[in-house]
Amino acid sequence: MEKFMTHTGKVVPLDRANVDTDQIIPKQFLQKTTRTGFAQHLFHDWRFLDDDGLQPDPSFILNEQQYQGASILLARENFGCGSSREHAPWAIQEYGFKVVVAPSFADIFYGNCINIGVLPIVLNEEAIDELFDHALQKPLELTASLETMTLNYGDKSFPFSLTEFQQYCLRNGIDSVGWTLQSQDKIDQFAASLPAWQ
Amino acid sequence: MPSTLYEKLWQRHLVEDKSGETPLIFVDRHLIHEVTSPQAFANLKFHGRKVHCPERTIATMDHNISTRSADINAAGESAAHQLKTLENNCEEFGVKLYGMGHKNQGIVHVMGPELGLTLPGQVIVCGDSHTATHGAFGSLAFGIGTSEVEHVLATQTLRQNKAKTMKIDIQGKRPLGISAKDIILAVIGKVGTAGATGYVVEYCGETIRNLSMEERMTVCNMSIEFGAKAGLIAPDHTTFEYLKGKEFAPKGDTWLQAVNDWQTLTSDEDAEFDTVVTIAAQDIKPQVTWGTNPGQVTAINSVVPSPEDFSDAVERESCVNALKYMDLEPGTKITDININNVFIGSCTNSRIEDLRIAASVIKGKTVSKNVTAIVVPGSYRVKQQAEAEGLDEIFKQAGFEWRLPGCSMCLGMNDDKLVAGDRCASTSNRNFEGRQGRGSRTHLVSPAMAAAAAIAGHFVDVNQFAGA
Repeated sequence: MEKFMTHTGKVVPLDRANVDTDQIIPKQFLQKTTRTGFAQHLFHDWRFLDDDGLQPDPSFILNEQQYQGASILLARENFGCGSSREHAPWAIQEYGFKVVVAPSFADIFYGNCINIGVLPIVLNEEAIDELFDHALQKPLELTASLETMTLNYGDKSFPFSLTEFQQYCLRNGIDSVGWTLQSQDKIDQFAASLPAWQ
Repeated sequence: MPSTLYEKLWQRHLVEDKSGETPLIFVDRHLIHEVTSPQAFANLKFHGRKVHCPERTIATMDHNISTRSADINAAGESAAHQLKTLENNCEEFGVKLYGMGHKNQGIVHVMGPELGLTLPGQVIVCGDSHTATHGAFGSLAFGIGTSEVEHVLATQTLRQNKAKTMKIDIQGKRPLGISAKDIILAVIGKVGTAGATGYVVEYCGETIRNLSMEERMTVCNMSIEFGAKAGLIAPDHTTFEYLKGKEFAPKGDTWLQAVNDWQTLTSDEDAEFDTVVTIAAQDIKPQVTWGTNPGQVTAINSVVPSPEDFSDAVERESCVNALKYMDLEPGTKITDININNVFIGSCTNSRIEDLRIAASVIKGKTVSKNVTAIVVPGSYRVKQQAEAEGLDEIFKQAGFEWRLPGCSMCLGMNDDKLVAGDRCASTSNRNFEGRQGRGSRTHLVSPAMAAAAAIAGHFVDVNQFAGA
């Protein structure tokens, strides 16, 4: 996993609540056995008019010229609900997003983001509304910093939080499996102490 | 200190809780399938790691497979590649696989419980959000992403932050003709599509205690549909009766010791929950979703709502979007909505009791000429049992297609999907845009309601249904 410390990038505002992982990456694209090759299908059914993904829908915000090259996705509440498919954050990451900002995330999606090094930032509704107001008018640039634990634009600064361990893993690009394998003896002792039926 | 069931399960599985680290919990049972495991195995290979406890890991094939043929190639080239990758990975890493046509093959959340792989007091995970199903046995069960699948394969543990607790108390006796599906849809309607995010919910009360195990699984299955990490029902006599003698359930003295232990798996009487929701069972009517998330649901005797009915701005906007996608007008009676497809199946409603009740509704009747209807049993065991009872004949005579087990049209990752404009009465769990096929419209209902809609060609209150 790549280390994450600070990222500055353009914001694309996706003004819709309860965006589920079926929208982020529809099921017909889940048959790959690799972690790559999903970006081209990100938000497929909203992004393209045809099934083959050859005709972009000009009314979908990701297709607007001014938001090309965006690397911060601004979203509404309960982003990433539904299926546990990690293909959703893989697609988001491969498309070029480093940060997703929303008033709330579904639990599994949030964990999946952290595990692959996409930074999910939760801000209150008021801050989110303010960011939408700006970003919908003209492209907005934001800086997300794990050093200061803030999301910044202009002279504004919104603090966000992550647990100590989440910060540590993101900053250092920790291989979480390797980390846990250091506790292998303890895990084996624990397993040996379990009753026969468990 | 008095504890909730969740807190007891948590405490029992806590391997390590170091300062500055996310707590590490032990996983008793890991279920895997073809879609969310290949990248996890690939990373194990890349790092030269093993599956730490292959005996605690069980694989099956369900999401991708064809329900018309047990041939691994029947659902197309990329599906076959994914299925064969699972076969190869299971062989290489020593994981037991119930593959195509095996007598134990089935939808992962149907297979686990019916084989006794799901037991009270366990932590059970799977790379599938409907893993909450197994909470019906008083096990802490939840869906995980592929990075976590890899973590469990390599270490038999997971890092998890402790969730908040929510008690959902369904009080009183449920009215005649109200199914477990109606109960959980009513709960989701009340709590809201994200209302339990960050919580593990425990379903309690007289109504829940009187549900069969299969009904309890239907309730817990949809916990994720209102955001919950997991859903729990404390194990009791009904649980033990269901499990006794199952293939992988403990036997002899071990069984007696296990039951003794499992009886302690209840929330203490004065345990405190972070949130409590109370619902009177007598108020629950047969439910039908009208929108594009499971919280957009109403009673069969009601009408499609109008955006103005919602005071919350987000809900109002969601209603506008949903009505547009679903092509519905506010004020339309639910019973006036015509459908052209019926799907009976999925990890929510494909067990033998579901098929029995659907068959009882359609027996001697004929599917409406405008409707294509399919029944997909949840596993080969369910299929075999249904055929032994002659249910397949009842369905076929009525005009239903009787298919092979699989996830089928619940998510349309296989060749069972709808086309744009189709409208389906479905016993599955998600009515998201495009879930059953791009541009198709899904209404979630119980098996009895789906069966009645198949005959009538539109939604009807199954309790007043005399047939068409």
